[in-house]
Amino acid sequence: MSKVTEILETMEYGPAPEDAKLVNEWLDAHGRKFGVYVGGAWVDGSAHFASVNPATGEEIAQITQASASVIDDAVEAASAAQAEWAANPTLRQQKLYAIARQIQKHSRLFAVLETLDNGKPIRETRDLDIPLVARHFYYHAGWAPLMESEFPDYQPVGVCGQIIPWNFPLLMLAWKIAPALAMGNTVILKPAEFTSLTALLFAEICDQVGIPAGVVNIVTGDGETGKAIVAHPGIHKLAFTGSTEVGRILRQVTAETDKKLSLELGGKSPYIVFDDADLDSAVEGLVDAIWFNQGQVCCAGSRLLVQESIAEKAYAKIRTRMAKLRVGNPLDKVVDIGAIVDRTQLDRITQLVEQGVQEGATKFQPTCEMPTAGWFYPPTLLTDVEPASTVSQVEIFGPVLVAMTFRTPAEAVALANNTPYGLASSVWTQNLDVAHDIAAQIKAGTVWVNCTNQFDASAGFGGYRESGYGREGGREGLYEYLKLAPQLSVFALKSSADAASPGLDRTHKLYVSGKQIRPDGGFSFQAIGGEFARANRKDVRNAVEAAEGAAQSWGSATGFLRSQILYHLAENLTAGREAMISALAQGGSEDASAEFEASVATILHYAAWADKFDGQVHQAPMRGLVYTRNEPLGACGVFAPTAPSLAGFLGACLPLIAMGSPVVAVASEKAPLAALELVRIIEASDVPAGVWNVLTGVYSELEPTLGDHLGLSSVWHFGSVEGGQRIQKLSAGNLKQTWTMPDGTIDWFGSPAKEFLRRATQVKNVWVPYGA
Amino acid sequence: MITSGAAAATHKRNPGMPLDLEWVESFTANRSAIERRAATLGGRRTVKKEWQAAWLLRAIQCMDLTTLGGDDTPGNVHRLCAKAKQPLSAEMLNSLGLESLHTGAVCVYHQYVEDCVRNLEGTGIPVAAVSTGFPHGLSPFRERIHEIKASVAAGADEIDIVITRAHALRGDWEALYEEIRQFREACGEAHVKAILATGELGTLTNVARASAVCMMAGADFIKTSTGKEPVNATLPVSLVMVRAIREYEEMARVKVGYKPAGGIRTAKQSLDFLMLMKEELGDAWLSPSLFRLGASTLLADIERQLEHYLTGRYSAFNRHAMG
Repeated sequence: MSKVTEILETMEYGPAPEDAKLVNEWLDAHGRKFGVYVGGAWVDGSAHFASVNPATGEEIAQITQASASVIDDAVEAASAAQAEWAANPTLRQQKLYAIARQIQKHSRLFAVLETLDNGKPIRETRDLDIPLVARHFYYHAGWAPLMESEFPDYQPVGVCGQIIPWNFPLLMLAWKIAPALAMGNTVILKPAEFTSLTALLFAEICDQVGIPAGVVNIVTGDGETGKAIVAHPGIHKLAFTGSTEVGRILRQVTAETDKKLSLELGGKSPYIVFDDADLDSAVEGLVDAIWFNQGQVCCAGSRLLVQESIAEKAYAKIRTRMAKLRVGNPLDKVVDIGAIVDRTQLDRITQLVEQGVQEGATKFQPTCEMPTAGWFYPPTLLTDVEPASTVSQVEIFGPVLVAMTFRTPAEAVALANNTPYGLASSVWTQNLDVAHDIAAQIKAGTVWVNCTNQFDASAGFGGYRESGYGREGGREGLYEYLKLAPQLSVFALKSSADAASPGLDRTHKLYVSGKQIRPDGGFSFQAIGGEFARANRKDVRNAVEAAEGAAQSWGSATGFLRSQILYHLAENLTAGREAMISALAQGGSEDASAEFEASVATILHYAAWADKFDGQVHQAPMRGLVYTRNEPLGACGVFAPTAPSLAGFLGACLPLIAMGSPVVAVASEKAPLAALELVRIIEASDVPAGVWNVLTGVYSELEPTLGDHLGLSSVWHFGSVEGGQRIQKLSAGNLKQTWTMPDGTIDWFGSPAKEFLRRATQVKNVWVPYGA
Repeated sequence: MITSGAAAATHKRNPGMPLDLEWVESFTANRSAIERRAATLGGRRTVKKEWQAAWLLRAIQCMDLTTLGGDDTPGNVHRLCAKAKQPLSAEMLNSLGLESLHTGAVCVYHQYVEDCVRNLEGTGIPVAAVSTGFPHGLSPFRERIHEIKASVAAGADEIDIVITRAHALRGDWEALYEEIRQFREACGEAHVKAILATGELGTLTNVARASAVCMMAGADFIKTSTGKEPVNATLPVSLVMVRAIREYEEMARVKVGYKPAGGIRTAKQSLDFLMLMKEELGDAWLSPSLFRLGASTLLADIERQLEHYLTGRYSAFNRHAMG
């Protein structure tokens, strides 16, 4: 029998290896040893480490371990290049376009190199990673000339340090570099030490197309190199994609600087299948959700939630589908699951699955041929898993799906949100009422309806909760590489001695959950205008509880309702003009009358915006909608600016309240009187209990409790520089968002910047492909 | 397997079952997701070299070599039969290590059934007749039944019937079920291949439900198209139909065959369909007893690819015998 006739009997696929010849030639041409790309030149390193092909365990090349002095040089080059780069939007557009073109021209070289270095299947690098990289540069090329007209109040951040992971090496590079360059920044990018090679090839492309020296710097190395970038005082912005653990450290170590920070971290994303879903398609979707890139995907649909009535049928279909998956040489075009990037990752996956089984999970792995060399893990399904199981809580970062059931849409949402993470989610149903309702309720930056792991440069990607903050892609992603033009304005306070003293003694209280209450500790503190209740840790706890309790209903209230309540507030404040002006004067306002007018204007501003801060519809290249929702953050903390005591207090609280987030606000510690006078107006204005809680006290005493409260989604601090830094540091606990603008950096009498609304919301992208 | 081509001999027939409307209506199809799967399948699977050659030979074995022209005459039908018996030159066959090879069937109008039966006698190649008012299926019902019986009497082993699209478009599943039931009865021992004319059914959900009804009514094969609709055998439609076959097997424990037809002209397309069968249904559907490719010009392209495999040179159409 000939070979052909033998195959005709078995009808096997046979090998179909991609040719690595050109990549090997490229590696050999470099002597399989690489320097770093700094200031437009290649610099040889003094220390090196090996980059290994995870599919074979063999060394591919030696990579430079960049030292701190190399980072110094890179930052210097990036700083020197930034102003001119920022000044020339046409050049930026042309160069980004040229990069996109070059990536397309060399697409197979990039794809094969990525597969060799990372272990992911050639199908993915060829059909997904590299085309998305090119798309990202095309898309962002267009933003460069539009920046001036579309972002008039903003300017580039400056020099950006970017640290990316190993799971999508070149794609993450594109997500970082394209928007940064488009917005006129210069960058120092460090690829993960496991996967440096495509970044180095990218540097060659930058060189070829004539990116000005210093605009793009590619430095390689391990965590030590990363630390040097993070610690460098010349870097104005850090963008990081990686583990939540490292994200937390980054937040802490940068807390005492004014570096802008964006974090794209881990996830345990739910994949929800309703009983009316196209079940075969939902099962096929799982292949793209959790058996994509060996499950080493931050937004992997790793937590299957399936309606109880169809669970057994779904599991049976999943097992059948899994049996068709092929694990093996990632350069083979007929392989679905390639190699795990490193031994350490493989050990972690193995250990977590074992733990899951020990805790009672039933493990299914199809009998598939496994390679003998390299690091591989078979596709795995864990059933008999509950929310309490370790494997349903922690991110496994491997091809492991855990499955649970739900009974009702409400329970699906509850289970989906029962996680510290909030990166992505998928919803499968043929019912559009269910689809959009669930999409609105899931706490995650991306919701894919009847699809999964869809990415495009036009749609923002990023997390809620401990999955990080900031977006990559779309208009929303550009803000990570922009900063507000400075807006300096100093408000001073007059001492209370100048103000008329009150006739009858007044007892000032705290305002929590719609009630004026005495402080828990029974202490007071002195400020302009008298003695005030000194809130303590327990008062904060109670106020946050009240805010959390109000978050659901206030967040889902219509913008129109919130708008009406704010108009009512303005109306009542105007009616109490004399009393408030008197309180302002007594509280040390420099110009009580002017501050009163500014305060009313601020309320009217946010009353106007409450029902107008619309989402967008992005133009992703597919038949369907990608729409964004500007969603409220949830319960937030606010430290009001020291002055102006009322206009500043309103300007700090109202964007959050108008956008649907309840606040726990600490009134100016120097002059809380006007805010307490405002409480009477709040009480009269139908603001629901818990939506606006007002504390008075000493900032430094309250910062620890608000800063590390796990129930708060964001804390804003407009007081001292040090106070803001303390909040940034404490926020690492649950990676809450922070916004710190110290006294004197915001003109509270001027028209509020739109940045307030942006900061008061988080963007959710909902992908809804359609087709009759 | 190499020499077998007489599907009728090995194929366990589908007895059908009572119509279960609840089951029929449980089928949904999400078009975008289905199109995505269909579009990415070709990127996930491929066959090269010897494997590609073997798979192309299998495509020939599964081919319903077809002529359905208004201008058919005994002359070109005989040419077709000759090609069915000898799809590759003796030289190529020898180089590939095969003793013999023939197509899965020939497929003609009733008019030429007798001719074909006579021509193919002793080869084991079944003759399929399109029937029931092909391609529109709107001739009087009694005539459609009569047409089936006439073709069976003329010696057809397989009858490719067309469904009344109106039944599917109106969701009148009882009527569709009854129609196919009666067609099957008229077929007797001949196998029933139900043509859904998917290009005229409007939605993938209709395709799924019509597939389910035809299988319940006892169709041995379900087939996409007559080749005369504006849209014929596409991968998304095929995905929906083969998934319905899978559901039916799970429920009824009977394997129903699948026949894409219309617009399949390239070797690459035939490989895509084979891979779809292997991935979604399994290796059992890689044989002529459960899989047929309805095609007229496909064979010529496969011959060229096989010659390229054997010689390393790109081939030309004129080097291969016409069908």
